[in-house]
Amino acid sequence: MTRAAKFADKLLYLVSPALLLGLWQALLMMGYGDRRFIPAPTDIFWRFISVVSTGELEQHVAVTLWRTFAGYFIGAIPGIAVGLLMAMFRPVRIFFDPLIAMLFPIPKVALMPLLLLAFGFGDASKIALVATGVFFPVVVNTYAGAANIDRIYWDVAKNYGASQWIVFSRIVLFGAMPMIFAGLRIALAVAFIVLIASEFVATKTGLGFLIWNSWQLMEVDFMFAGIVTIGLLGLIFSVVFDWIEKRAVPWKLRDRG
Amino acid sequence: MERRGAAIAIDGLRKEYASAGGVTVAIDNVDLKIAPGEFVCIVGPSGCGKSTLLRILAGLETQSGGVLSVEAAGWAVQNAMVFQESGLFPWMTVETNVGFGLMTRGVARSEIDARVDGALKLVGLTKFRRHYPHQLSGGMRQRGAIARAFVTDPAILLMDEPFAALDAQNRAILQAELVRIWEETRKTVVYITHSIDEALMLGDRTVIMTAHPGRIKRIVDVPFARPRDVMALSGTPEFGALKLDIWRVLEEEVMRAREEFDL
Repeated sequence: MTRAAKFADKLLYLVSPALLLGLWQALLMMGYGDRRFIPAPTDIFWRFISVVSTGELEQHVAVTLWRTFAGYFIGAIPGIAVGLLMAMFRPVRIFFDPLIAMLFPIPKVALMPLLLLAFGFGDASKIALVATGVFFPVVVNTYAGAANIDRIYWDVAKNYGASQWIVFSRIVLFGAMPMIFAGLRIALAVAFIVLIASEFVATKTGLGFLIWNSWQLMEVDFMFAGIVTIGLLGLIFSVVFDWIEKRAVPWKLRDRG
Repeated sequence: MERRGAAIAIDGLRKEYASAGGVTVAIDNVDLKIAPGEFVCIVGPSGCGKSTLLRILAGLETQSGGVLSVEAAGWAVQNAMVFQESGLFPWMTVETNVGFGLMTRGVARSEIDARVDGALKLVGLTKFRRHYPHQLSGGMRQRGAIARAFVTDPAILLMDEPFAALDAQNRAILQAELVRIWEETRKTVVYITHSIDEALMLGDRTVIMTAHPGRIKRIVDVPFARPRDVMALSGTPEFGALKLDIWRVLEEEVMRAREEFDL
C-alpha cells in the first residue's frame, strides 16, 4: 500500500466516531433531549478533564486495571496450558470436555455471589471472576488452534525425532498461536465486561462503582466520563495487542495493512 | 570404501485399516529388497498404497503383518522424509526449519549452525535463511525441505511426491539437483511418484504397484548410465521405449481400478 492510501485509511478510521459525536452534540444543541440526563460530548469532556485533574478518575482506573490484569493472567495462562494439553493428550481432553461444555455457557456474572462467599468483598472475588471469565474463551480457542494444526506437522515432528516436550514447545504452542491470540482478544473484552458489572455491587472502588454511583447520585456527566474511559482503555489495549501480536506471530501473513 | 546408505528388506508386508465396511487392505504381500545406496522409485495408480508403504518405512505407521528390516549400522539417523507439501513449519525461519532434525536429537548449537550452513549452500538457500516459509516460492520451500532432510545425514531418504506441486521448470531443476546431491552422497532413496518420466530420470529401479490392495506388480531395472543428464536422457529413444513399457503395465492397472469404482 502506498503512503497516501495508508493515510486515507487512517482518516477513514476516524470518520465514524467523529460523525457520532458531531450528531450527538448537534441534536442536544438544537434542543432535542435534556442535557441534565443526556450530557453533550463537550459537557462530558470538561467533566472528564476536571476529574482527571483531581486524580479521582485515575484512582478508579488504577483499581480496575489491577483487577483486570491480575484476573486476566490468572485465567489466561492455565487456559493456554489446558488447551494445548487437551490437543496433545486424549485423556486430558476427555477429562476437561464435559466441564467446559457445562461451565462455559454460564454467564460469569451469575457466579458473583458465590465468589463473594468464597473470596470476600475485597479484590480477590473480582479477580477470581475475571479469571473465570477469561479462562473459557482462551481454553476453547487454544484447543481449537492446536487441534487443527495440519497433520503434516505432527508427521514431520515424529519423523525428525521430536520428543513430547519439543512437540509441545515448538510445534503445538506455535501452531496454535494465531488462535491463542484470537482467544486472548475475546478474553480481554470479557474481562472488562464481567469486571465492570461486578463493580456495580459490593465495592467502593473501580470504574464500575464510579458509573453506578454517579447514576445513583444523578451525576450523569460523571457517569459518561466513566463510560468514555472504558472505551478509551479498550482502544489503547487493542493497539497494544496488535503490537504484541505482530511480534509474537511474525510468520502470520501481514498483508492486512 | 565409499560410504553407502542403508539396505532395506521388506518381506510380506501388509497394512490394513478398520473402515466403515469392515477392513480395508492398503498394501498386501509386498516383498522388496533395496541395496545400500540404491535409488528406487515407486509408481502406481492413486490408492495403490505407495504412500502407506513410505509411511511405514518412515516409522509414521506400523505394519499389520510382515517384516521390515533396515541395516543402517554406522548411521546416526536411520531415515528422513521429504513430504509432498514441504511441511516446513510456518513459524520457524528457514534456518531453524533446516536445523530441526538436529535440534531434536540434541546436537550442539555450534555443530547445528555449521551443518545448516552447508545444507543451505547445497540447495542454494543461503540468502533466504532468515525468511519464513510463506515468503518463499513453492520451489524454494521444497529446497528447504530437502535441506532439512539431508542435514540430518540419514541412511535413507524417503520422498513422497516431493515435486508434484511444482511447475514444470522448477521440477526439472530440482530433479537435476536431487540427482547431483544423491550421486555425491549415495544415500538409499525411496521415491514415490505418479510420473513415469520422473521415475526413469531419477531411479535405478522402478517398482510398479497395483491398486486395491496395493501389491508389487513388476520391478523394472532402469539401465541408464550415471552420472545422468536428466534432461538429455528424457529425449533418447531408449527412454521412450522403456516409458511405453511401463505405461502399458500401469494402464492395465488404472483401467482395472476404474472398473472397480466407476460403474
